[in-house]
Amino acid sequence: MNKIEVNNLTKIFGSHPQQGLKRLKNGEQKDEILDQTGMTVGVNQASFAVEPGEIFVIMGLSGSGKSTLIRLVNRLIEPTDGEVLIDGEDITKMDKNALIDTRRKQLGMVFQKFGLLPHKTILHNVAYGLEIQGVDKAEREKKALETIEDVGLKGYEDSYPSQLSGGMQQRVGIARALANDTDILLMDEAFSALDPIIRSEMQDELLKIQAKLGKTVLFITHDLDEALKLGDRIAIMKDGRIVQIGTSEEILENPANDYVSNFVKDVDRSKVLEASHVMKRPEVLLSYKDGPRVAVRKMEEAGVSSIFVTDKEKNFKGLLTIDDAIKAYQNNTSMEEVLITEDIYSTPPDTPLNDLIGIAADVKYPIVILEDGKLLGIVSRVSILSGLVLGKEKDEVISA
Amino acid sequence: MNYFYFPLEEWTNDFVNGWLLPVMSGFFDSISVALRSFIDGVTNLIIAIPPELLVIVLILLAWKLAGKGIALFTLIGCLYIGSVDLWAETMQTVAIVIVSTLISVLFGVPVGILSAKSKTVDKIVRPILDFMQTLPIFVYLIPSILLFGLGGVPAVIATFVFAAPPAVRMTRLGILQVPEEVVEASQAFGTTSKQLLFKVQLPLAVPTIMAGVNQTIMLALSMAVVASMIGAPGLGSIVLSGISTVNVGLGLTGGLAIVVIAIILDRITQGVGNKL
Repeated sequence: MNKIEVNNLTKIFGSHPQQGLKRLKNGEQKDEILDQTGMTVGVNQASFAVEPGEIFVIMGLSGSGKSTLIRLVNRLIEPTDGEVLIDGEDITKMDKNALIDTRRKQLGMVFQKFGLLPHKTILHNVAYGLEIQGVDKAEREKKALETIEDVGLKGYEDSYPSQLSGGMQQRVGIARALANDTDILLMDEAFSALDPIIRSEMQDELLKIQAKLGKTVLFITHDLDEALKLGDRIAIMKDGRIVQIGTSEEILENPANDYVSNFVKDVDRSKVLEASHVMKRPEVLLSYKDGPRVAVRKMEEAGVSSIFVTDKEKNFKGLLTIDDAIKAYQNNTSMEEVLITEDIYSTPPDTPLNDLIGIAADVKYPIVILEDGKLLGIVSRVSILSGLVLGKEKDEVISA
Repeated sequence: MNYFYFPLEEWTNDFVNGWLLPVMSGFFDSISVALRSFIDGVTNLIIAIPPELLVIVLILLAWKLAGKGIALFTLIGCLYIGSVDLWAETMQTVAIVIVSTLISVLFGVPVGILSAKSKTVDKIVRPILDFMQTLPIFVYLIPSILLFGLGGVPAVIATFVFAAPPAVRMTRLGILQVPEEVVEASQAFGTTSKQLLFKVQLPLAVPTIMAGVNQTIMLALSMAVVASMIGAPGLGSIVLSGISTVNVGLGLTGGLAIVVIAIILDRITQGVGNKL
């Protein structure tokens, strides 16, 4: 079952939201409704689902409705229409007590401006969620101390928020959300207020926490690089609508419309694309059992000067150049003796392209992509370059 | 401009003489008795404390909350009040200030909370506060004599009307000033509205509320002379007799004592607000 499921969620700000909703359902645009009725469409019939343990990023520029959307999920803002299912329960239909209970037990939240209680110490801030649930003092403070240690703030529990740097304050914000042991973390531009180095550190930290605790994370950001780094899947919002949902690769390579493609055109592809996205199947594969004669003939057929060698199970063995193959054939030596096994760089398929650029410049032969010792493909300098510049379009361009 | 006659004067007089005084006098008498014993209790209590002890406590408070300078000022000021033989009158004035401030805060803080929470309450309360602050004092001073008799009680009532509005306004402001993200964050973790008020909003509003209390105290002190016109004992009556007998010296002596008390109370209450 989906951890969070949002169906046709709509928020209209203004005096007669139901009227606005009718117009919206008749297909009127956000601008028309604003012009004619003065009402603002915050979120327009958004639907998405987040699976357990997934980091789902909602990304959009300011005014796209993303912050409204995340507040609709825990009903800090009352939705106009639509439903929000948390573990299958519709939060929009809950009464006050059930809502408070769901917020306490299932939904942790981290805020852009931290939202720490300035009059309470770090310890009491982190214990706050448990305090309001009536957990007794010793127990909640023990839990808070553990969580403070987890986020690397041990020793600061008696400080006040104003004595901490922004990055540290946000660690407190995260600790506060973790202390409640909720399955879901809602993060509203959680790292946007931090400077770049701290932000990157916190992103890594979040990935670590998520890997360790398996939280389901709904993450809001305006920063595409952040979305691509963190998101298992990304939803792109514009004018209150979700215009595309997909993995980083899907969004980069198949933008749904001009808006998205404009957005992603300046992305540093080297950080997003992985070796497997640009690798090619080696031109000719040669079973290890074949002799040098077969090898030479295959190279002649394919018009190449070297060939990759595997065994029957596709386990990578090495590289054979045509010169060596001919020599081996003339001297009647075995394949193993002339096979090049050193000086060949191999790497797993999920290596970021960024890491391969420097290596590709230095190595003599194409980079070999291996998974469990099996040859999946090769990456040449040309394929890295075309991957960076063109993404998937390279095929079309080349064939044209 | 008089297109028609609006008989507000007659109506009011009919209301006061025909209903308020004959029908409600029992009610107002009981309020009067309760308030009088409250005022007398406080006055007797602070007069019973040896002046030296009270001064030492005040100096320590001033030192702790407002610094060395104010502590020194407190010492000199109290020596002055003693040396012009106005200690008892000062205590009477302070008692009236304490009682009217207490009543103002007891009324002002809850009303301030309500008007911060509800726009409707705010819309009703705001003009009433404007009315309380700007209506010329003598307009309600006279009726309060009719209802409560002469002395400290009508003085406290009149002072309350004049001095309570800042407590209401500053409480409302203090609560509305709590940063939106802090309120939102506490709600996101499942805070009930009661917990929100007592664990988040009120603690964060305390410095602003204290500024309101400070203003209430100052306004209450500024009413001392007016209050003495309706028979309230204290420094106001010294100033008043100085004025009415053209005894400039006596007027200044009493007036200075009021200023001394005002400065000490102001700095100490401000200190409380800043320390919290």
